[in-house]
Amino acid sequence: MASLVSHPDEVKVVSRRFGLGATNLDRYLELDGYKAVQKALGMEPDAIINEVKNSGLRGRGGAGFSTGMKWSFVPKQSAKPKYVLCNGDESEPGTCKDRLIFEHDPHSVIEGVMIAALAVGARSGYIYIRGEYRYLSIIMQKAIREAYAKGVIGKNIFGSGRDLDIYWHGGAGAYEVGEESALMESLEGKRGIPRIRPPFPAVVGLWGGPTVINNAETLACVPHIILGGAEWFAKLGTPKNGGTRLFCLSGNVAKPGVYELPMGYNLKKMVYEVGGGIPNGRALKAVVPGGASCPCLTADEVDVGMDFDSVAKAGSMLGSGGVVVVDDQQCIVKFALRTMKFYKHESCGWCIPCREGTDWLEKTLTRFHRGGGVMKDIDNMQYLSENMLGRTFCPLGDAAAMPTIAFVKKFRKEFEDHLDGRPCPYEKEGAAEELPVMAH
Amino acid sequence: MKFSEEFEARFAEMLAHYPTKRSALVPTLLYAQDEVGFLSDEVILELAARLDLTELEVRNVISYYSMLTTKPRGKFNVQVCTNISCLVVGGEDILRHCAKKLGVGNKETTPDGLFTLEEVECIGACSWAPAAQVNYDFHENLTTEKIDKVLDECRQKAAQ
Repeated sequence: MASLVSHPDEVKVVSRRFGLGATNLDRYLELDGYKAVQKALGMEPDAIINEVKNSGLRGRGGAGFSTGMKWSFVPKQSAKPKYVLCNGDESEPGTCKDRLIFEHDPHSVIEGVMIAALAVGARSGYIYIRGEYRYLSIIMQKAIREAYAKGVIGKNIFGSGRDLDIYWHGGAGAYEVGEESALMESLEGKRGIPRIRPPFPAVVGLWGGPTVINNAETLACVPHIILGGAEWFAKLGTPKNGGTRLFCLSGNVAKPGVYELPMGYNLKKMVYEVGGGIPNGRALKAVVPGGASCPCLTADEVDVGMDFDSVAKAGSMLGSGGVVVVDDQQCIVKFALRTMKFYKHESCGWCIPCREGTDWLEKTLTRFHRGGGVMKDIDNMQYLSENMLGRTFCPLGDAAAMPTIAFVKKFRKEFEDHLDGRPCPYEKEGAAEELPVMAH
Repeated sequence: MKFSEEFEARFAEMLAHYPTKRSALVPTLLYAQDEVGFLSDEVILELAARLDLTELEVRNVISYYSMLTTKPRGKFNVQVCTNISCLVVGGEDILRHCAKKLGVGNKETTPDGLFTLEEVECIGACSWAPAAQVNYDFHENLTTEKIDKVLDECRQKAAQ
């Protein structure tokens, strides 16, 4: 069980039931649970969609697309059944927030899926949870069973005459499945290879039917929006960035943890005040603001508001809310190498720029980190990364390229310090790795 | 082949959740692996037959997912994360320590069949790093002493 933290600056919306025993359905009902879906049952589908649109809720998985807009793309009439799919395949390195939602408030996700289903006219919803989160799957399955037993889901929900089924589904270890079309492939029992788009899932999704896919945190926000109102939710954040965000503070920070802060909260303040600063008398070197795929910000660049638009303006992405703090004793080349090792491992090999690009970048970084690099490698890494951008089926290629470009551009000096056979200046003595040195 | 009653009940229930049989494949493979220890030829043929798939279609899916394996593993699968959040707070030290203590390298199993060691990608324990999973159990805010204790407890459990 993951431990909880708190800070006075927190604004608890999604996390308001954390630690209050809300996995139990009766307790959830006591804490205003399933009130929003009853309210939504009395609303026109378009009114639900408009409310979510006006709330400024944007996708918490990382892309930051308007949730209400996404829902509005689902056709009203469809010959095939429509579906809602909750993405709980949380795998972006640095991200551990959906885990807390599933652990402490699984019914809020179920309720979010229900409201999305009412908005788009779907009769079934699936909650996909990554395979490693077995204990959370058990919690979710129990919550779903309880909801069926009490008539919250199933036939004739709340006497409305409407039927709504919610199912759990489990993964088996794959980062790429977090991409929405790969997620559908996985749910259909296949390799998680992304689909070409268009058509988008809203039109042709699961088993060919129109499908809404949202991140678990996004869906957990929805009941609060319906109950509290779009205006209230929008005002919690910054313009066009409604609400709060579960920020997962990790790395070299005194008080790591998942904190719910308003959208637009200053990153510097997050690191130094909420997170208690850098421990062991060290200084800040860089922050990865939204999971491994986001370009790092240097210590001089962290005075930025954490909303989608402000972080984009600063040259990075708000991403999944995974804030990884890196102190001045860490080697950026090694950090870049570990990042690339991950993307190489997770690349499905479907398209060449990603498969070959991640492989060559990992080889080059491995050799470089061990002192076998030459000057032209630095430019080559940047060139190679830039040529992966926008040339792959799914965003995994971009996710590997974007942070690499930032590491090379912003920390070129550190790369140069590894040249001419010099050992890594940050590596502890005797800790040399036994990886083979790859040659071109 | 015979699975547990619990497996059969879950399998029957899952089939009813989807418009196609195949959709039950990924979670079913993981549950089967949990029972048998790995995805043996027998398991693969059985599930292929039940879901109207060819053996190749099932193997094709297995090879994509990192948690699925066609080779036997130790009773305790020690999965140490070294991804970025764990890396900067000593995840590699934990991995090295485990390798030394168990006397095995990455993805290797101890001769007594008790432990398999695996360096894994992010397991979603970033704010409680460094972290590891032994089978499905999370162990977080690790130190070398703490992981020693976890491994010792596994040994005791196996001896019972």
